[in-house]
Amino acid sequence: MTALPVPHRVVDRHRETHDTVTLRLKPVGEALSAFAPGQFAMMYAFGRGEVPISVSGIPRDGDLVHTVRGVGAVSAGLYDAQVGDVLALRGPYGTGWELSAATGHDLLVVAGGIGLAPLRPLIHDAVLDAEAYGRLNVLIGARGPAELICRAETGRWPTAYTGVTVDRPGDGWTGQIGVVTRLLGLARFEPTATTAFVCGPEPMIRATARDLLHRGLPADRIKVSLERNMRCATGHCGHCQLGPLLLCRDGPVVGWDIAEPLLYVREL
Amino acid sequence: MTTPAAPAVLDRTGLNALVEALVASGRTVIGPTVRDAAIVLAELGSAEELPYGWGVELEAGHYRLRRRNDEAAFAHSAGPQSWKNFLHPQREKLWSADRSADGQLTVQAESAAAPSYAFLGVRPCDLRAIAIQDRVLTGGHFKDSGYQERRKGAFLIAAECTEPGATCFCVSMGSGPGADAGFDLALTEVVDQAGHRFFVRVGTEEGAELLAEVPHRAADSTTRESARTAVADAADRMGRSMPPVSLQRLMGASLEADRWDDVAARCLTCGNCTMVCPTCFCTTTEEVTDLTGDHAERWQRWDSCFDLDFSHIHGGPVRKSPHSRYRQWLTHKLGTWHDQFDSSGCVGCGRCIVWCPVGIDITEEVSALQEEAER
Ligand SMILES: Cc1cc2nc3c(=O)[nH]c(=O)nc-3n(C[C@H](O)[C@H](O)[C@H](O)COP(=O)(O)OP(=O)(O)OC[C@H]3O[C@@H](n4cnc5c(N)ncnc54)[C@H](O)[C@@H]3O)c2cc1C
Ligand code: SF4
Ligand code: SF4
Repeated sequence: MTALPVPHRVVDRHRETHDTVTLRLKPVGEALSAFAPGQFAMMYAFGRGEVPISVSGIPRDGDLVHTVRGVGAVSAGLYDAQVGDVLALRGPYGTGWELSAATGHDLLVVAGGIGLAPLRPLIHDAVLDAEAYGRLNVLIGARGPAELICRAETGRWPTAYTGVTVDRPGDGWTGQIGVVTRLLGLARFEPTATTAFVCGPEPMIRATARDLLHRGLPADRIKVSLERNMRCATGHCGHCQLGPLLLCRDGPVVGWDIAEPLLYVREL
Repeated sequence: MTTPAAPAVLDRTGLNALVEALVASGRTVIGPTVRDAAIVLAELGSAEELPYGWGVELEAGHYRLRRRNDEAAFAHSAGPQSWKNFLHPQREKLWSADRSADGQLTVQAESAAAPSYAFLGVRPCDLRAIAIQDRVLTGGHFKDSGYQERRKGAFLIAAECTEPGATCFCVSMGSGPGADAGFDLALTEVVDQAGHRFFVRVGTEEGAELLAEVPHRAADSTTRESARTAVADAADRMGRSMPPVSLQRLMGASLEADRWDDVAARCLTCGNCTMVCPTCFCTTTEEVTDLTGDHAERWQRWDSCFDLDFSHIHGGPVRKSPHSRYRQWLTHKLGTWHDQFDSSGCVGCGRCIVWCPVGIDITEEVSALQEEAER
């Protein structure tokens, strides 16, 4: 452990769903060094602890945006943070999506549930630098309409195709129904010149990658973001091992060529 | 760099003076000593506290002290602790945070000064283990600053191995019984007709300075020869060995082996093996708050991959079965450690074999995996 968490004040709080918020955080004093899309911070809720949370927005003024789903003691503490409260962050940690390596390619962004959060700054970069890339596709899946995040924004992204689907539609849902892979047939991309960016629950990542391989994407052109327990984020605690990888250091974003053989060993 | 000082010979009085000099210079001297029917590593006030005349009897799941018929101080192999207990302690405060009435948050690094350690009697296998932890905790992009601080100031006096235990296999891991680098001073204990003495080699400038302060004599050829022979003989008396194959490749090829079920049926997932292993480095963190609720502390403590919570993510642990947890331990130690840190995570000290309550033997498990791979 080297880095100390650096205090940040919550300057905006947007409730995404019943258990998920997006927080905008302003450094109280010194700022952390710049985050790249796909990287994460260790976020500290006073008296509760620290958990890894991806950056979900990188405003130019040095603020940081994070989207947190309250699922346990620490993340619920972060979820409860109100405007004016002070949290502490350290980072940036881990590998990013490395969008620039996809220059000239069609882009396929596939998100499951809160998995859209780490992909959001990547989508922003792709939109800002649209000429550098081919067609942008954003495919979003969630369990139900109430679990969709960034809803106000999704429709405004200038993409070649944006699809939103839910497993269990509620009353009044008129959109797509079913798993997110069903949207792949509607997206517009040339498989041999496409880079995919996938984040969501592990079964969704597997299903998406399998489908994409089928459609002819090379495995190393499918980037996935993986989750394991992380205590330190500095490569010293041993918790985030996945076979040869330390996911805080060699991930969380890895190519499917590397991830596939590891994820197919049970309980690795 | 000046040329290292020539080898020397110390007798028991010289060794006493050496420890006195270290203590006088403000160092906390840690070395082996007999306590609670074991040879433990503890703070020494004098070299007289070394386990003169004690040896150990080791087997899988078995440890017993026994009297020797000589007065050797270092004729015992690894005990229940290792130097990580001092360099990478079981519990360590990382930082504290205070919340003021207006909601401000101040985070403060733990600033307690690290003791200035001198380790007396570090086995070659344990020297290697220290080098491995150095690589893990300070060799990457991020450094464990507490470890780095303690390690930087530590003075290492190695004791080459002349009396391997029945559970030792350092030769097959390439980490002993002789020491060739990584020490300030290296001792080789010699007990023969000419008496009881220590052959001393100098590894660093600081080692040379310390040696110069204490009564010693230039090394004679008899002592040098006796020392060399004692270490060479030790190499031939290893109680165990690892199969002479690429363990990294074997582990990589064994992820779906049946043997994991066999060992999982015996393993209690108690984590003893990870606690005694000198290279196991995994930790977790704890948040501790005081009664006011405005002062919090972040503590780090050893953790074990055998613990069910170790791989917990929202929704449950990744490694639920004992099978997967034993596999994680062994394949990390001997296989993926190479990918992560460019070396093996095992030095062949045998501690995990001795302190396993059900006597699971890492060398036997590897042999079984190898047989299975060849079938
Ligand atoms: C790289 C990465 C990026 C992530 N990005 C995001 C994101 O952008 N948004 C988001 O909402 N989530 C994200 N997550 C997931 C998030 O980190 C987890 O949801 C969070 O750690 C849950 O912690 P918790 O304590 O609130 O929940 P819990 O479900 O209570 O516990 C999960 C964590 O608590 C610890 N824990 C729980 N019980 C025990 C126990 N009995 N003993 C020891 N430890 C225990 C575990 O270490 C585990 O990490 C990310 C995870 C990773 C690895
Ligand atoms: S795995 Fe066992 S033999 Fe190898 S270094 Fe650890 S305790 Fe010693
Ligand atoms: S191998 Fe032995 S010491 Fe290790 S967890 Fe299993 S029972 Fe405990």
